[in-house]
Amino acid sequence: MRGRTARRLVGSAMTGVTYGAAALAILPLAAILGMLILKGAGSVDWNFFTKSAVPVGEPGGGFAHAIVGTLIIVGLACAVGVPIGVATGIFLAEFGGGRFGFTIRFVADVLNGVPSIVIGIFAWTWLVKPMGHFSALAGGCALAVILVPILARTTEEMVRLVPNSLREAALALGYPRWRTSLQVVARTAGAGIVTGCLVAVARVAGETAPLLFTALGNEFFSTRLLGPMAALPLQVYVYAVGPYDEWHRQAWAGALVLIVLVLALSLVARAVVRAKRQHA
Amino acid sequence: MTPPPTQPVPAPADAPQATVPRLATDALTAWYGTSSGVRDVTLAFRENTVTALIGPSGCGKSTLLRSLNRMHELVPGTRVTGRVLLDGYDIYEPGINPIQVRRRIGMVFQRPTPFPTMSIAENVAAGLAVGPRLSRADRAGIVEQALKRAALWDEVKDRLRESPLNLSGGQQQRLCVARTVAPEPEVILLDEPTASLDPSGAAHIEELVQELKREFTVVIVTHNLQQAGRVSDLTAFFYLGELVEVGPTTRIFTAPLKPQTEAYITGRFG
Repeated sequence: MRGRTARRLVGSAMTGVTYGAAALAILPLAAILGMLILKGAGSVDWNFFTKSAVPVGEPGGGFAHAIVGTLIIVGLACAVGVPIGVATGIFLAEFGGGRFGFTIRFVADVLNGVPSIVIGIFAWTWLVKPMGHFSALAGGCALAVILVPILARTTEEMVRLVPNSLREAALALGYPRWRTSLQVVARTAGAGIVTGCLVAVARVAGETAPLLFTALGNEFFSTRLLGPMAALPLQVYVYAVGPYDEWHRQAWAGALVLIVLVLALSLVARAVVRAKRQHA
Repeated sequence: MTPPPTQPVPAPADAPQATVPRLATDALTAWYGTSSGVRDVTLAFRENTVTALIGPSGCGKSTLLRSLNRMHELVPGTRVTGRVLLDGYDIYEPGINPIQVRRRIGMVFQRPTPFPTMSIAENVAAGLAVGPRLSRADRAGIVEQALKRAALWDEVKDRLRESPLNLSGGQQQRLCVARTVAPEPEVILLDEPTASLDPSGAAHIEELVQELKREFTVVIVTHNLQQAGRVSDLTAFFYLGELVEVGPTTRIFTAPLKPQTEAYITGRFG
């Protein structure tokens, strides 16, 4: 049975190849995490979370202003982007069968592919320039523009997963179409939509380019929405390209905190899905 | 001609009948695009009567059922010609709101469809949410009443706030019955309500149908001839989209007038 042996050989060879590919895919992630922990963990201390930047040479500066800044800017992005994105997704899934729906879907896909720096320039032209100064608000809006198309498409997919029998059951009870969509269909897709939000937020939290022209960054602790504000990725960028060793160490630490933040969001998203599954 | 395996419950087919039937179709044809799912059906459904619609798959019985509460038109490209009279008024008359029609003609589907994000009590009250505003106590009372009518109260009274997904399939289906009766419709349509249930779940539903008929006009689509024999007073046999024969269930099962009916109930096809 020569054929069988050959087949077995090819089979195990291909299995080996897939294992190798999987390992190659995981390698960069492991390398990044390892490198960040190696270089950054040492600088992550209490000061890092409680103190803002200090002048060069002075010890004990931290990233508090950047962490708070990121939370504020991402919060703004959510406040603007989540309602629009989720509503668009529900519309696409429930009523988006026609030409209008097709157009929206197409625009969302195109927007999804636009480089984030272009969105930054866009926000600069429409918000920063007319207002005359950089601001956290402009940064939040730029991130919201990235958020909306991602959310619209993930929400659409989640809403589509709701079985049609539930829609029919609600309609048979005398629910109008819009109530069926909101109170039965969207509610049923709720956990999926929340997960989509978390994943989208994790994605925009690490964006640097759109903030360069909008939030600008700030060496000082600031919560003024209409003024420049620091953000984790911005601060990491500034410190990483700066000339001082202390800055480099803090940039590593900032990068580590950022990635842990994003990772934590993804884990929460997974937990939400799992909780939902057990419920179902 | 063999008699049906189980003797049907004696049905009062000639019980006093109201002059206007609760629900009736008049030359009803339901279309899918240019083909018709069911053609030219004229049929009356009387109060406190269970009417079974039987026939092989694809004979149009479900399509007819869905035309009775204007669910058929939800599928794109469908339409209905002819009339469906509820208490003598055509529900397809222009200006009639299908949403209002569906509040008066409730429906239970083949598979249980509890709303997964709502508790058991919220599910039962779901149809009330679109009606007039109710006090909390009134709503709780209606929920209890509806669950009792669906013979589910004793099993769920201590877990009204729990998810309906923890219930068995048969319990879920009875929950759907409770949800359907809570807003007090006049007619209840059952679309193969036991098809997805185990035998004991199915038996519960069948008993329930007998209870429902005291208060409602009941129309049930079933694939199961024994079931039609057990639960219905009138049976309508459909074949290839047409109403072949309708009559008291006992008569249909013992002395069908049409050869197709006899062939079907004796198991020669379908």
